[in-house]
Amino acid sequence: MLPADISSRDPREKPSYGAAFSGALIDPERATPNCVAGPNGKTATKRYNVYRNNVTVSLIEALASIYPAVQRITGAEFFRAMARFHVRANPPRSPLLFEYGRDFPDFIERYEYAQSVPWLGDVARIERAWLDCYHAADAEPLSATALGSVPADRLAKLVFQPHPAVRIVCSSFSSVSIFAANRNVGRAAPVNAVDPEDALITRPGQDVAVRHLPAGGAAFLTRLIEGTPLAVAASAALEVTPSFDLAANIVGMIDAGVFATIKDGDPR
Amino acid sequence: MNAIIQFADSQASRLLRFPAHSIAGLAGTSLKHEHLSAILAERPAYGFFEVHAENYMGAGGPPHRALESVRRDYPISLHGVCMSIGGPQRIDVAHLGRFAALVERYEPALVSEHLAWSTHETTYFNDLLPLPYTEATLARVADHIDEVQEAIRRPILLENPSTYVLFRDSTMSETDFIRELARRSGCGLLLDVNNVFVSATNHGFSALDYLSDFPLERVGEIHLAGHAEQSDDEGERLLIDSHDGPVADAVWTLFDIVADRRGPIPTLVEWDSKIPDWSVLKAEAMAAQAILDRHAQTFVFGSTHAAR
Repeated sequence: MLPADISSRDPREKPSYGAAFSGALIDPERATPNCVAGPNGKTATKRYNVYRNNVTVSLIEALASIYPAVQRITGAEFFRAMARFHVRANPPRSPLLFEYGRDFPDFIERYEYAQSVPWLGDVARIERAWLDCYHAADAEPLSATALGSVPADRLAKLVFQPHPAVRIVCSSFSSVSIFAANRNVGRAAPVNAVDPEDALITRPGQDVAVRHLPAGGAAFLTRLIEGTPLAVAASAALEVTPSFDLAANIVGMIDAGVFATIKDGDPR
Repeated sequence: MNAIIQFADSQASRLLRFPAHSIAGLAGTSLKHEHLSAILAERPAYGFFEVHAENYMGAGGPPHRALESVRRDYPISLHGVCMSIGGPQRIDVAHLGRFAALVERYEPALVSEHLAWSTHETTYFNDLLPLPYTEATLARVADHIDEVQEAIRRPILLENPSTYVLFRDSTMSETDFIRELARRSGCGLLLDVNNVFVSATNHGFSALDYLSDFPLERVGEIHLAGHAEQSDDEGERLLIDSHDGPVADAVWTLFDIVADRRGPIPTLVEWDSKIPDWSVLKAEAMAAQAILDRHAQTFVFGSTHAAR
């Protein structure tokens, strides 16, 4: 098996076992690599399958730990089958498993057998946002006092710096209620799934909080997070939601810890 | 071996953000978030906690708060799982940077990684994959250890793997490979006694012979864990390094032998899956502590005797 010119080979040449060993790890159609064996040269099919199993099962479990509400809605058997397809098609590109599964919500929406549960992808988006919020950088949220100290004539041009942990997920379904009903243990309450709900995910103190935004709230906060001045963001919200309540939304955003600081909103 | 302990002590003499707790002679456990509230409520009088580095590579949030809280009261061991030191491709410098930042931030008493790999090209397989033991891989892995130790400015402890297959083109034994790696790179070793037992069973060699060949003088930490049992293509026993149950009796026996030869060094009970109540894991650590304490007494006597 050894090449004839082995003595002249540079010992620092990149060994090739990475490709040879890993090629079949997540591809069940491929044979056991020739480079491995059991003791005394015996076959290693079941032995190599230990690695295959470790890889696939641990990645399915990683998805299950990121998306517990999705698993609760579908049941474990359905979830694991769906996750197995995803793991094989989209293995992680980072060794940080809390970054894994960003494309899983899109995958769920395309997954043939999940078409009868059209809100499942949005529930997954809220769960993915929950984990990003959990690991995001620490910062003190903007206080009501700090906002209250801004002179009235400067309010319209005020620009905010978002808190690193804030996320917004908009949904055409009642995804916030469905998420809340399925995220924790205990009996899941029945939910009317067809009312559109937008989720605000923040970490104002020690823990992640998921809120259901009032109508127009997502349009308003999305613009503020992008750096749009307060008055412009409020107009945009009123345009999509004539009943938009500016004062209540400002109280809500401070309470939720959406922003970290006020930036100077004067034109440059 | 003393070089490693002394290095940690000299670091500890700097002005620290965290107290410099000694880890010498202690048994510890994996730190699981399921146990955090029980640990913080109980505040065990002694012990240490080992964390998987990757779980603390997020920017902020509850994981760092928990680790800061534990680190204030206990020594911690930072255990890297996916540096791919044993892989054929270059170390991921972004990952190494994150690892070095954790060493800087938490000032762990012990820092370790695996003789294994988990990334090929850009795919991360989330498992500790094996490597052939050849001159070429020896040179490359030694370079990788150098690179990691340069980045974190201290030696690491390298852990012996548990394996299910052998490579046809391996030209040296695992113990020869590890001894030479430690000699070339100056790294210390993390002896996982369960891994020795698992590999010995899977490949039909003697665990005692392996321990006799292993450079025990370089060992700075011991791992103990539970394993599961399957069978191979011929129906022979194949052990799986599952970390999902109590330490097996045979592994306790091997640990006792190592502690007798090597004296009381930091010993960790790992439990990563089917995680039990804190009291169950703590009892495993206390069993390890009892063995360490017994050998602490005889080892002092034994060393004196040997030096006479």
